[in-house]
This record gives sequence, structure tokens and C-alpha cells, in this order.
Amino acid sequence: MIPAIVVFVYLAIVLYVGLFAFRKSTGSKEDFFLASRSLGPWVFLLTVFGTNMTAFAILGSSGLAYQRGIGVYGLMASSSGLIIPLTIFLIGTRLWALGKKHGYMTQVQYFRDRWECNGVGTVIFAVTSLMMIPYIVIGMMGGGHTLEELSGGLVPYWLGGAVVAIVVMAYVFFGGMRGVAWVNALQTVLFLAFGAIAFYLISRNLGGFDRIIGEIAASPKDSALLTRQRISPQEFFSYTFIPLSAMMFPHMAIMCLTAEKVTSFKRTVVWYPICILLIWLPSVFLGIVAAHQFPGLKMGESDDVILRLLVGNTDIIVAGILGAAIMACVMATDSQIMALSTMFSQDVFAHYGGTKRYGEKMQVWMGRAFVVVIAVISYILALVLEGQKSIFDLAIRFGFSGFAALAPVMLAALFWRRSNKWGALAAVLWVVACMVFMWWLQSYSNGMAPKPGQPPVAIFPELGRLFLRTPSNVTIHGYMPVMFMCIGSALWIFVVSLLTKAPSAATVERFFPKKSDN
Amino acid sequence: MKARHILLIVWVAVVYALHQDIWNWTKAGPLLLGLLPPGLAYHLGYSVLAAVTMALLVKFAWPAELEDDEPQTKTPPEDKAP
Repeated sequence: MIPAIVVFVYLAIVLYVGLFAFRKSTGSKEDFFLASRSLGPWVFLLTVFGTNMTAFAILGSSGLAYQRGIGVYGLMASSSGLIIPLTIFLIGTRLWALGKKHGYMTQVQYFRDRWECNGVGTVIFAVTSLMMIPYIVIGMMGGGHTLEELSGGLVPYWLGGAVVAIVVMAYVFFGGMRGVAWVNALQTVLFLAFGAIAFYLISRNLGGFDRIIGEIAASPKDSALLTRQRISPQEFFSYTFIPLSAMMFPHMAIMCLTAEKVTSFKRTVVWYPICILLIWLPSVFLGIVAAHQFPGLKMGESDDVILRLLVGNTDIIVAGILGAAIMACVMATDSQIMALSTMFSQDVFAHYGGTKRYGEKMQVWMGRAFVVVIAVISYILALVLEGQKSIFDLAIRFGFSGFAALAPVMLAALFWRRSNKWGALAAVLWVVACMVFMWWLQSYSNGMAPKPGQPPVAIFPELGRLFLRTPSNVTIHGYMPVMFMCIGSALWIFVVSLLTKAPSAATVERFFPKKSDN
Repeated sequence: MKARHILLIVWVAVVYALHQDIWNWTKAGPLLLGLLPPGLAYHLGYSVLAAVTMALLVKFAWPAELEDDEPQTKTPPEDKAP
């Protein structure tokens, strides 16, 4: 129970930081939703990174490494280390400049102006909001599992999830974006610092990782974990499309608008790959060690392995502090809640006249009310879905793939002046249709899923190997569906834009001014 | 497009391609420092290469024109007259 108490103390500190941010607030909507666009370089780096380091990164990656071995690091971490900072460099800086110039607070506001159409913005708002929900649910699930594990079962899953939901809701409600940024920065520092200590202590208690890795290498049953044999080359390649999701994640876009200066991005893009390395490498490594220590866990069950190692191999106080550090990452769900609140208040409430009618203060309160609504809905979903899906799978299938497939929409908006609303709409509808189809295919093929280590099964034998079912996913000719969703989305926006009317000259001039006009 | 930018695009494309280290697929050894399998050690190095790549982009392809826009913040779109 002591580790859980330490975590509760940590949660109280986080809550205090949120309330302190509230005291610094000016009460304006720009302050509540964007921290007055005032984040400096270091806080910006830690916040942007912390925003992406969720339960998915910590619990999901170690759980997946437990099942599939070291390839999990290359699968997501090293490709993300290149593609996400590249995205921030190319897209984030330009969104920041547009936000400063035109006053945008969300990407939907930009899309509406860029494509001279409210409807396309509303569709993108609806689709991205729906896709954000699983991301937030993951955080609630991670919180519930973390507290349950650290307390030895004394704090049940439902209560742990509720505590996380209430704490996150409270500091987002009061502190707004400033609270989120400060808490994220604190959480990232905490995790980086104590993660290293955890790694060392677990290694020491187990007699050194070199000994364990030597044993794994000598074991015919486990040695595959040190290779990529449990991941196909097609899956490994197509996974590199997943980090493109960063381009369309609303929380990333909104976070980019909070920087004080564009030069704040420099430090972030250079250090981002190193931060990923520092967090993912130990997580993946501990997943493999756990597979040797307590074998036989199924997908989903293995999401807790890092916590089991922690509780079983460190002093209880240290386990509590390190558990709090893990909790820090699990709770990165705050920026997603903040993003949804910002989108609702800007893209719906303000856009449809709410601010004009009821004033700016009411808009901020509407944003706060939406924080509560999102937290409650996500918590209920976390209870309903508990034990049914692996954290990692849930995120990949319904959040990351969809956002990644929308990346061509953002690229076209920023870099292709001929792109128009019809092309954007076609691409978005394509993504929605693909996600619905993949959902159906996943459900349809659940009964025929092979066990880990077994070859994939053809879902429709008459179609050959077109649709294959692996232990956890549906693939197309062995490739992740996200690859085809991205290519299709790019083709749709390209072809349909060319076949329909170009944007007006005024709009093109507004968003692609000649250099001399700048 | 400047030659420098073309070189950087080629560099990024090569780095992206280097992610697919198929030659490490089934290798479980030798372990680097007695600890890291070849596939993991390679991708650790790849992460460092990604950081170096970003440093090169910041140094040689920074969108300096965006810095000119820094001072102005305009009224948010929904508050404008219809």
C-alpha cells in the first residue's frame, strides 16, 4: 500500500501545480486555452514530449515487447524519433506562424479559412474528436491499472481510474493550458529522472541485465525476443506510417500554438529523438526481461509487466516514487482533454455565435464544463472496456491509424495551394470509411485469430492473402492498413482537388503570400 | 530550390530508408556491451542519427521567414464581423 500512498502524494502535488497555474491566469480565453502563447523553449520541449508520452508509450510498449521482442523499439520508437520531430519542424512551425498571424487556436479554424468552408471544418472536428476519445480512455485505463498494481490490489481498477480522472479533470479545469503545460513538464522531468533509477535498481536486484539477457539468448523458447522474428518485414515497414499521426493530432497542433517564439521549436526538434530513446529503450528492455521473469501472460495482461518488475524488485518507497513517475506518463491524457475542450469551445461554441452572444468568460466556462464531460465519458468507457483490449492495440487501431491517414490533408493545406475543400472532404470520408471497414473486419476475424508465434490466417480464402489476420491485427497483404489509408487519402485529396474548382485567388494570396508581401 | 536543400532532402530520405535494417532481422548476437542485441543497438544508434538529422535541418533549413511574423497576434476568427 505504501507505493500507492506515495503516488497519492504525487497526485496531490500535481493538483497543486494546476491550482497554482489557476492563480496565474488572466481569465481570458487565450490564456485558458493557449497559456497566452507564452511557453519558453525548455517548457515547450518538455510539454510537447510529455504530451506524447502516454500509457501507450510506457505500459503499451513494454507489454508489446513482452510478446514480440526488441523489434517493438524499431517498430515505433526509432521511426517516431525521426518522423515526429520532422513533423514539428515542417508543420508545427507553420501552424504556429498562422496562429500568430490569424489568431487561430485550433487547426479546424485554419481549415475552415484555408478551404473557404465551414462544413469541412465541422466534419474534421467531429472525426478528430471521436478519434481522440480512445486516446483519453487509454490514460484512464493506465491510471486504474497502475494504482491497482502498486497497491497490491487494495485500490481496485475502478477506483484508481476514478482518482486519475478526478485529478486530471481538476487541474485542467482550473489551470487550463498553463496547468497542463506545467504538469507535463514536471511529469517528463520526473519520469526521465526516476526512470533511470528504476532501471538501475531492477537490474541490480535481478543480478544484472547482462546475466538475464545471456539466459534469454541461451533459451530456445525466449531467444526470439532478442530478434525481430515475431514481426514481419511488411508490418515493420508499414508501421513507419503511424507517427504521421502527429501531424493531425489536435493536442499537438494546439500545443504548437502555445510557443512564445518560433525559435522555441529548435530545441524541441533536436532533442525529441533523444527523449524518445531515453523513455522507450528502458520500457522495451524491461518488457523482454519481464518475459523471462514471469512468462505466459496474454496480450492485455502483459501491459502491467513494468509495474510488476517495479513492485517486485525495488524498495517500497522507491517503488512508490517510480510508480508516480509512471503515473506521470500515464496521465499525459490531460493535453488530449484540454485539446478537446479547446476544440469544442472554439470550433463549435464560438464558431456558432456563442461567444458573441454570451461573452468570452462564458466561453472559458463552457471549455471547463466540457473538460468535466470528457473526463466522465472517458472514465465510463475505461470501465466498460477494461480487460477487453490491449492498451497498445486500442490506441493504434482507432486513434493513431486514423490520424496518420489524415496527414495528407494537413500537408495539402499547408503546401499545395491548389488543394480545396472537396479534396479535403473526400480524403476525410475515405479515412472514416476505412476505419469503419477495418473495425468490421477486425470483429469478423476475431474468432480465427492465430495464437502468438503462429502464421497469419487468410480471412477470405477466396481472396488469397489480401486480408490476413495476425494474433492482434488485420493486415492487407501483410502490411498495416494505415499504409493504404494514407496513400488513399493522399490520392483522394489530389485527384478530387484537381477535378473541382480551385480556391479563390484571395484565399491563395492570403495563405501563400508572395515573399515581397510578407 | 537550393542545392543545400536538395542535399538535405536526400539525406532525410536515406535516413528514413536506413530504418529498414533487414540484415539484423534474425540476429540475436553478438550482444553490444554484453547487453544489447544487434537489432536494438542499431536502432539506438538510429535514434541518435535522427537527432543529428534534425540538428542539420535546424542549422541549414530553418524557416527563418516565419520569425518575421512573431510580433503580431490578430483577433481570433470567430470574433470577426460576419
